Amino acid sequence: MKVAITAISGSMDSQLEQRFGRAEFFIIADLESGEYEVIDNKAASETGGAGIQAGQTIINSGVVALITGNVGPNSMRVLNSGNIKMFRGQKDTIEKNIELYKEGKLEEIVDSVASHFGMR
Amino acid sequence: MKQVVFISGKGGTGKSTVVASLAKYVNNKVLADCDVDAPNLHILLENDIIAKEDFIGAKEAYIDKDKCIECGKCREVCRYDAISSDYVVNSIKCEGCNACTLVCPVDAITLNEVKIGEIYDSKTKYGMFSHALLDIGSDGSGKIVTEVKKRAKEYVKGKDYTLVDGSPGIGCVVIASITGADAVVIVAEATKSGQSDLERVLKVAQHFGINSYVCINKYDLNTSVTKDITKFCTLNNVKVIGKIPFEPKIVKALQQFKTPMDDDDLKHIKDEIINMWNKLEREMN
Amino acid sequence: MKIAVLSGKGGTGKTTISASLAYSVENSQYIDCDVEEPNGNIFLKASFSEEEIVNVLVPRVNKDKCDGCGICAEVCQFNAIAVVNKDVLIFDEICHSCGACVIGCPQNAMYEVKRPLGVINSNSSHTFMQGKLNLNEPLTVPIINRLKDKMNKHGVVILDSAPGASCTVINTIEDCDYCILVTEPTPFGLHDLNIAVQLVQKIKLPFGVIINKAMDSDQTIQEYCANNNIEVLLELPYLKEIAKNYSKGILPVQFDSKWKEEFRKLFKKIEGSIS
Repeated sequence: MKVAITAISGSMDSQLEQRFGRAEFFIIADLESGEYEVIDNKAASETGGAGIQAGQTIINSGVVALITGNVGPNSMRVLNSGNIKMFRGQKDTIEKNIELYKEGKLEEIVDSVASHFGMR
Repeated sequence: MKQVVFISGKGGTGKSTVVASLAKYVNNKVLADCDVDAPNLHILLENDIIAKEDFIGAKEAYIDKDKCIECGKCREVCRYDAISSDYVVNSIKCEGCNACTLVCPVDAITLNEVKIGEIYDSKTKYGMFSHALLDIGSDGSGKIVTEVKKRAKEYVKGKDYTLVDGSPGIGCVVIASITGADAVVIVAEATKSGQSDLERVLKVAQHFGINSYVCINKYDLNTSVTKDITKFCTLNNVKVIGKIPFEPKIVKALQQFKTPMDDDDLKHIKDEIINMWNKLEREMN
Repeated sequence: MKIAVLSGKGGTGKTTISASLAYSVENSQYIDCDVEEPNGNIFLKASFSEEEIVNVLVPRVNKDKCDGCGICAEVCQFNAIAVVNKDVLIFDEICHSCGACVIGCPQNAMYEVKRPLGVINSNSSHTFMQGKLNLNEPLTVPIINRLKDKMNKHGVVILDSAPGASCTVINTIEDCDYCILVTEPTPFGLHDLNIAVQLVQKIKLPFGVIINKAMDSDQTIQEYCANNNIEVLLELPYLKEIAKNYSKGILPVQFDSKWKEEFRKLFKKIEGSIS
């Protein structure tokens, strides 16, 4: 079973990257074997629609869950469509976040919209 | 390290003046100017450019005249009126959508990445500073804002804060400005147009669940609008952390390239900006 | 005669100038092209009697024909399409309405539908028109184009453009007869005026400068203009009275008739420049 985490640099002791769409790296970790793979997030250098492309990359990577900070509404739509669960990571290393995930201690992200106002 | 992004929705609210002032007051930090259409921060900070990089930011179609048979299919599909009757692509109008490339029967059209500006790393008395300038006629995008923030990141080791002068507007550029921020400060103007712009940009910030705060500039110009803005903020769980009075002397100071921090006549403005920063620091920590 | 009002920097007073000019010139038409944040009507207070929805085309998928190949997502340069488990997800707010995906689909499974992008409002006499983009929309140009389609073909038209030098501004000012560049005497104003000047020179339009919030103590803009052979059409002084009224939605020409006279003179100057 694999999970994806947004990372600031490409190693297990990197800090978690808060952004999803513009994250530079995704680390794909195999929870059973402990192995991991680093993917460059090509979406980070797109002019627009980064979250959508990043979402597509995550789905193509075959993970069951994503651990990150902010998830915009477009990313959320793509990830939901691929049945990928999203979790809010802590300001800590990738390694630590995976541990917390395994222990069920990370909060699931279910709604990115905190809208309070009516439309104009 | 905490990242604070200042946005405004509308232009002319005083965002850059506030950021420049904080640049001179806050210690141990890095600066980024993400207002790439009309970057202003460098004007007040006396920067020394130490590195620059071409920014490859957009795609444009290019028609090889040798291969082109002038069949007109590209002109038919182009929705931006970007291909002239003599089959030359107008770079200002071309959106890089690829439609023409797909229909060309002789493969005469290629989509190429083009340079549309430059990104700079600058040294200033107040810290390292990344900024950019777009070529005339080119548009800002989430990409260039992300690049500017990325360059600033190179210098954050051991620093307490990154102060970002964000992009005006409400679209992709603003989103790229604010994602990854620990706090967003919206500098709003106490005018009717300022109020409506604040409402629009706040919605974008809250969409991403980023802690947002408001600073009302020129607040005594119209106390009833200021009251409305304050009410609106309360209703939406947003704290107003600063209220800067209308002060024509600020303009005089700016004309001499001074911020409220360097002008004795503007001590009351300086105090309010420091007050606001202190409140923000408490909120973030 | 089509006069466009622009500025490099936001907040310099484009709307103050364009609305004041429209107010002072009989039978002129004011068009608010700052479609992301139109605020001309805060000052001109027109009653809207007409509303036109401006639509933009977006793609949709015919599921019977679609085989989930994902080529549409690859073709789209704007990332407005994602294909997940053979399901095509379309992101209308990112779509640039280019039609490339429809062209690229090997199964001919894509077609286009209209979607509202924004609205155009006008008053019954058509002296006022405003374009307003719906929230979160990326495309401004279809609304600008529609405003220009609808604008008066004769007489004086004043186009209040968006700030900056983006494609929104370019589409507003091209094909106009004259451009007024509004600036303020600050280092920011000068820097951004320079950007606006380069833009109008690139598009080859005649132009002049108006200095808003002018002060006797600072002549940097005047010097820049003199050094570059640029005409300064008018200086509107930095007065708290003007700023206070602005904050209430009142233009200088609306509270003091001497300004109305100044703007009439301004118009004559521009008329003279063009002929």
